[in-house]
Amino acid sequence: MATTTYSKESAGGSLTARALREGFFAGLVAFGLFFLFVGLETTQNIRNELVLNQRWGLLAIFVAVAAAGRFLGVLYVQPWLAARKTAKAAVADKDVPETFLARNFSKLAILALVLMPPVAVALFGVQGSLKWVDNFGIQILIYVMLAWGLNIVVGLAGLLDLGYVAFYAVGAYSYALLSQHFGFSFWILLPLAGILAAFWGMILGFPVLRLKGDYLAIVTLAFGEIIRLVLINWTEVTKGTFGISGIPKASVFGIWSFDVGAANNFAKVFELPMSSAYYKIFLFYVILALALLTAYVTIRLRRMPIGRAWEALREDEIACRSLGINTVTTKLTAFATGAMFGGFAGSFFAVRQGFVSPESFVFLESAIILAIVVLGGMGSLVGIAVAATVMVGGTELLREMTFLKAIFGPDFTPELYRMLIFGLAMVVVMVWKPRGFVGSREPTAFLHERKAVSGSFTKEGHG
Amino acid sequence: MSETLLKVHAVETYYGNIRALAGVDVEVNRGEIVSLIGANGAGKSTLMMTICGSPQARTGTVTFDGQDITRLPTHEIARLRIAQSPEGRRIFPRMTVYENLQMGASLDKLKYFDEDVEKIFTLFPRLKERQAQRGGTLSGGEQQMLSIGRALMARPKLLLLDEPSLGLAPLIVKQIFDAIKVLNKEQGLTVFLVEQNAFAALKLSDRGYVMVNGRVTMSGSGKELLANPEVRAAYLEGGRH
Ligand SMILES: Nc1ncnc2c1ncn2[C@@H]1O[C@H](COP(=O)(O)OP(=O)(O)OP(=O)(O)O)[C@@H](O)[C@H]1O
Ligand SMILES: [Mg+2]
Repeated sequence: MATTTYSKESAGGSLTARALREGFFAGLVAFGLFFLFVGLETTQNIRNELVLNQRWGLLAIFVAVAAAGRFLGVLYVQPWLAARKTAKAAVADKDVPETFLARNFSKLAILALVLMPPVAVALFGVQGSLKWVDNFGIQILIYVMLAWGLNIVVGLAGLLDLGYVAFYAVGAYSYALLSQHFGFSFWILLPLAGILAAFWGMILGFPVLRLKGDYLAIVTLAFGEIIRLVLINWTEVTKGTFGISGIPKASVFGIWSFDVGAANNFAKVFELPMSSAYYKIFLFYVILALALLTAYVTIRLRRMPIGRAWEALREDEIACRSLGINTVTTKLTAFATGAMFGGFAGSFFAVRQGFVSPESFVFLESAIILAIVVLGGMGSLVGIAVAATVMVGGTELLREMTFLKAIFGPDFTPELYRMLIFGLAMVVVMVWKPRGFVGSREPTAFLHERKAVSGSFTKEGHG
Repeated sequence: MSETLLKVHAVETYYGNIRALAGVDVEVNRGEIVSLIGANGAGKSTLMMTICGSPQARTGTVTFDGQDITRLPTHEIARLRIAQSPEGRRIFPRMTVYENLQMGASLDKLKYFDEDVEKIFTLFPRLKERQAQRGGTLSGGEQQMLSIGRALMARPKLLLLDEPSLGLAPLIVKQIFDAIKVLNKEQGLTVFLVEQNAFAALKLSDRGYVMVNGRVTMSGSGKELLANPEVRAAYLEGGRH
């Protein structure tokens, strides 16, 4: 199917004919492909006998979607793409002035995020806002933060880490265990969890110092699994697969609490109706602040010698050394810094869920975080945030798509197709933008920055 | 001439079991330009890298400014102000020209950067024009200039150049060699360079070494080597006269 190419000559009637023909063949291929997979289904009935269900209706839908998709693709999408390409080529020569939106994208995005909870409350009511603040807001921001943290290791320093979720786990269990056993509050344990995770980042860093690329990836993968297996098997401390529940909630710096019984309960103090939404909104701002901290630190570090050294390390390790950069400490600080943010995110995760178990820290999580970093365009904060929003928000949206049940029958649970769609989206993005959403690296220094800026006000058309 | 800055004594370097340097003795005095010529695979680049400590010499010693650096890690050797423009240039491809130069100045934490970068731009005006361009998209010659420029940003006492003329147009080669000469004359920079372009290198140099199969077989002043019939036969005949 992919062998056909669009050519401009085949306009009008011949294009429609071609679209029809290709649509028909696509339907045929889909029929052949899905005949056994979709058309027939084996299930066990109540007496444990295997019965064969025939699902011709569903098969027909699959075939129809394939045929119609190809038909529309050939008829509309391909010409449109081709037209856009030529349009783009024409525009590329001229200078396109940056729009206000493009210039202030990150500022506007932060403003929108800060305003999101009140807007959600205003639109959907206190209880109705929960879905938007918690399921979308917090969920996405956790992944944004994790991906930004991993970005330091993978995107900046170029060290492929497949076990990042281990640090997330260390942070989560640090908070869960220390708060239960010693009663420390979230605000004390948050930095502590970060430090502990950073410490484990160093521990991982030492043995892998000499490794690169694939070998490094395999060892970090193993490290992630080791941490998870320890969590499962060290039952006296971690309670194994049962996990730890009843993790204390965070408070607003000890001033207001969100425990229902407490005298300084937030809702009581402000004489509001009891709701869990306030806590979620509070958590939303906490994770927003944590994510922004990650971004801020990343941006600052990139301009400092250590951040430069990370980027140089990614590009050429030998050149780094011959310029006097200690690659050992450079790598260790990259691992430790990345791990620290993973630890912050982990303790936030624990406080949000109130429950942690090893199940939350499987390899798939590492893979998703890494996928977000790659999709965003290694190293680009904005790209990564966009990727996290699209991927996590998109899969979260699946839950909302109850109308799909009407098509595929009441048994259809869209969430189960999460990974399938995640994978599909990845393939599409990688084909469309092989270097991720924001693929080009932003330089961190220019000659005579100030002069050039002031110069552009006084004289025109220089450079 | 005067005081020895770099002394390589009886150095043997191995890649696994393969001996690439078989007992090399080389000396470079302060303020000299010394060149090393030899056929492909003779071990010239290996000697350069051994001076920088990667790979380290298995036996023998490398002394710089009176200090034994044989077992120092590469980054500490660099901190003693030995800068190298290595074989293959090794600039940072995704960083801009300007950022590459900044990386070169990271030893001094950019203290003298503004001052030094101007000097580099006077030396290689081409780099000034291209300063916002990514290193990887520069032409081969521009990359070579950047590699040398980056090495100079470290304010080196000893500059190691591995085939600075590789792949460059004759005019650019002349520019680069002139630049080396200027740096040597005006700032007293000590230069140790490897060259295939033996004629130009020896003409420029105070002294030269000839390397064959991991050993130094001949040494002498640039003039002597240029006049030597063996050197002429092996490295100069058929080349430029
Ligand atoms: N990393 C390595 N592993 C194994 N052998 C190596 C390695 N690097 C170089 N060699 C071998 O060591 C010998 C010397 O190589 P070297 O690169 O020093 O030669 P050279 O004199 O710089 O040659 P050229 O003029 O081609 O650059 C060669 O035989 C080469 O094959
Ligand atoms: Mg060589």
